[in-house]
Amino acid sequence: MKSNFDRILSSEDVMRRRATLLQRMHIDGPLLILLLTLAAGSLFVLYSASGKSWDLLAKQTTSFGIGLVSMIVIAQFEPRFMARWVPVGYVIGVLLLVVVDVMGHNAMGATRWINIPGVIRFQPSEFMKILMPATIAWYLAKRSLPPQLKHVGISLFLIGLPFILIVRQPDLGTSLLILAGGAFVLFMGGLRWRWILSVIAAAVPVSVAMWYFVMHDYQKQRVLTFLDPESDPLGTGWNIIQSKAAIGSGGVFGKGWLLGTQSHLDFLPESHTDFIIAVLGEEFGLVGICALLLIYLLLIGRGLVITAQAQTLFGKLLAGSLTMTFFVYVFVNIGMVSGLLPVVGVPLPFISYGGTSLVTLLSAFGVLMSIHTHRKWIAQV
Amino acid sequence: MPQPIRIKDHEKDARLVRGRVVFGAIAVVALIGVLIARLYFLQVIQYEYHSTLSENNRVHVQPIPPTRGLIFDRNGVVVADNRPSFSLSMTRERSGNWQQVLDVIVEVLELTPEDRVIFEKRMRQGRRPFEPVPILFELTEEQIARIAVNQFRLPGVEVVAQLVRHYPQGAHFAHSVGYMGRINEKELKTLDPVNYSGTHHIGKTGIERFYEPELHGQVGYEEVETNARGRVLRVLKRTDPIPGKDIVLSLDIKLQEAAEAALGGRRGAVVALDPKTGEVLAMVSQPSFDPNLFVTGISFKAYSELRDSIDRPLFNRVLRGLYPPGSTIKPAVAIAGLDAGVVTASSRVYDPGYYQLPNYDHKYRNWNRTGDGYVDLDTAIMRSNDTYFYDLAHKLGIDRLSAYMSKFGIGQKVSLDMFEESPGLMPTREWKRATRRQAWFPGETLILGIGQGYMQSTPLQLAQATALVANKGVWNRPHLAKTVEGERPKDENPMPDIVLRDPSDWTKVNHGMQQVMHGARGTARKASIGAQYRIAGKSGTAQVVAIKQGEKYDRSKVQERHRDHALFVGFAPADNPQIVVSVMVENGESGSGVAAPVVRQIMDAWLLDQDGRLKAEYASPISAEATAREE
Repeated sequence: MKSNFDRILSSEDVMRRRATLLQRMHIDGPLLILLLTLAAGSLFVLYSASGKSWDLLAKQTTSFGIGLVSMIVIAQFEPRFMARWVPVGYVIGVLLLVVVDVMGHNAMGATRWINIPGVIRFQPSEFMKILMPATIAWYLAKRSLPPQLKHVGISLFLIGLPFILIVRQPDLGTSLLILAGGAFVLFMGGLRWRWILSVIAAAVPVSVAMWYFVMHDYQKQRVLTFLDPESDPLGTGWNIIQSKAAIGSGGVFGKGWLLGTQSHLDFLPESHTDFIIAVLGEEFGLVGICALLLIYLLLIGRGLVITAQAQTLFGKLLAGSLTMTFFVYVFVNIGMVSGLLPVVGVPLPFISYGGTSLVTLLSAFGVLMSIHTHRKWIAQV
Repeated sequence: MPQPIRIKDHEKDARLVRGRVVFGAIAVVALIGVLIARLYFLQVIQYEYHSTLSENNRVHVQPIPPTRGLIFDRNGVVVADNRPSFSLSMTRERSGNWQQVLDVIVEVLELTPEDRVIFEKRMRQGRRPFEPVPILFELTEEQIARIAVNQFRLPGVEVVAQLVRHYPQGAHFAHSVGYMGRINEKELKTLDPVNYSGTHHIGKTGIERFYEPELHGQVGYEEVETNARGRVLRVLKRTDPIPGKDIVLSLDIKLQEAAEAALGGRRGAVVALDPKTGEVLAMVSQPSFDPNLFVTGISFKAYSELRDSIDRPLFNRVLRGLYPPGSTIKPAVAIAGLDAGVVTASSRVYDPGYYQLPNYDHKYRNWNRTGDGYVDLDTAIMRSNDTYFYDLAHKLGIDRLSAYMSKFGIGQKVSLDMFEESPGLMPTREWKRATRRQAWFPGETLILGIGQGYMQSTPLQLAQATALVANKGVWNRPHLAKTVEGERPKDENPMPDIVLRDPSDWTKVNHGMQQVMHGARGTARKASIGAQYRIAGKSGTAQVVAIKQGEKYDRSKVQERHRDHALFVGFAPADNPQIVVSVMVENGESGSGVAAPVVRQIMDAWLLDQDGRLKAEYASPISAEATAREE
């Protein structure tokens, strides 16, 4: 029986990997190729969706550049190092959310921003998208798995605090993504099925209670419109009707790049942000969307491989959660634009216009790369 | 009991997570499958539906209103044309709070609250969604500038250039050509919504109304690509509108002006016809009004002034003014008597100044209380002898009288293309039974013989009855349009010509009418002094207020507005009729004294050349032939 040590030494694979530049830069090749492909494709769609705005394209490219830098920088940190600083980050993040809650600036009718004029302007909730799963992963990694009820409870408390603060902003989309980020850690940590099922069973009465006590009128309206878009075709149902018409009229092969009438004639609202998939669907058809879904599937697949191969529990839980949350982005966005899910403000990852979301997403992939590239070869089985 | 020490089992943890990763992977693939299924449903199964939806979004059909046909007088003078005008239109769906936007418009243009009420009414009449509704017309340069400056406060409001009707001749043709106005809700229900989709105005009266379909034309279309805000980006397809047909009127502006001048500011009506064709040469109803006021919406004040004026300028006296024809009907009654054989040219009646039915005390008086003695047909017409016609009517009886008068067009619409025409009334036994539930009294027949009683006719009908005498019974319905796009209007419902057993009866009556003008004792002989041609005419008076039995009409005791209307009908030259004129002067009292000179002036205007001599084409050789036949 060969020792692990022998196997590693004799492995050509290892030798070659060591030689690569990417490996030394802690960059995962497959992820990078997929991300660059997505970015290139997204610029084409965005150019059309924005009404041929070079300005917007330049901004998006810049954001992508910043995101890439941020990804590479994050990938340099060892997961162990991250785990040490996550609790601090979490506390700061929650404090910032409290600050936003108390004195945040108004943007888009919802208070989400911290704005120090001339210095910085950002959404603390964006940080929480990574900090949330990282915190729960840090917490659970020290416990035995599957997590005990007490630890689940504490985890839920850690999730619940920022969740409620973000719901209050109000930003339903982000809060749900953060909830998902935390919950997926619990799921990856082997949360007992019967608990999961009981929570799902309990969700019904809870959502009824939410409807009456928590949800804002505009959120209720979104749900109502989702259930029956035709009820208000010129008002809130407009978005869904128009996005379905855009996607549907694209057919199998689409109307052609820059030839989508729904978006170019402004029938499609938010065509370059949350509803950009409708532009893709209209101009490139079913084929175009399937191609995009394939890239997403490959990204998620790679993320799950990284999860499976992660050496530390913290890494496994965090990578798994980030990957699954990424999928939630994709599913919720395409689901809502195609009329399967209610309209919640979730952008389509890497395609929708928006710098903050791009930087956050790329940072998350930086975390994945860090987890994957800082493995100790000795422990690899 | 000591708690068991938990030891982290990395292998177990890894297995657990790997299990969840596998589950997650399966879930991801399954859910992506759901998304693809959904997209397949939208893009393949529902493709047709969404494709149509998206096309309908983008492509809008915009109507292009046709240009309305022009109207000319018989010499080619423009009577109605189209003039560019700027109007303010508003699209309710794009204005948001449109009531508030109306307030801003009123404020910006410094208008009154009354204007606002009108705007609001117009907005409420708006038709299809997203259709701009014109609310204010005839914007001045200053108003356009003010709107432009305040455009940011006026969402959905735009200044639109459009063609509106214009009547360069003003009041001259208000009662014949009529006017246009905004389509009202009642009209909206009956109009073809497609053809009128781009049209805001419609002919309301006169020629504009009667020939509306011809003048309007056929709407055109533009398929345009619009964006979500309804802004037109490009034209995809265009079908040109077919412009409306031009109409040349038989009216003559010079004769029209002459007729108005002849009336000399008095209230009244004039119709001049060409008896050979039925063409109306002049049509005056005085006072008149400016039809341009109505085109772009008349103000409430201006309208009520017109409506409530005691002179009734809006009232079309030619077509709707109903008067007992009085003695002007006597030529037609004479024809009836001759043709029925109840009188002959030489049979005579003794006139003691009144007529009495056998076994009745009631005296039916002649206008000349002293009586004219023995009267024959010629004298009866010349002197307008009532007694002769009482006798004639009595012998003829109501049934035959009524039948003959109907042949002359009394009691029915006679015109070809005059929308408002009133049918008038020619009573019959049946009519009286149906409306009054009474039998016919013989006395009622008598007074019909002198054009009084239940009988009612319009100046146009009197002109036509006279034209039939002039034209020897050949019917040509009076019409205003000489040609529509070069074609003469067709009479779909022609009246049968009046065929007499002895056609020379026409000449006999014609001669009597000439005696009225030229005879030594003719009632209107003063009106013929200095005439370059022979005139055949007949005067009449229409009572406004009934006079009691035995009472005498005393003008000093009668209020001005209760005085009799003066009537006169005539044609000239008598032996080659070129023009028939019917005149009614309201409260003019004397047909021969007041109305006859008006007729003469109009005839002069039509028949004489600049040097005051009969135009060569009217002094036809027929005159010799006619005199020969007379002998």
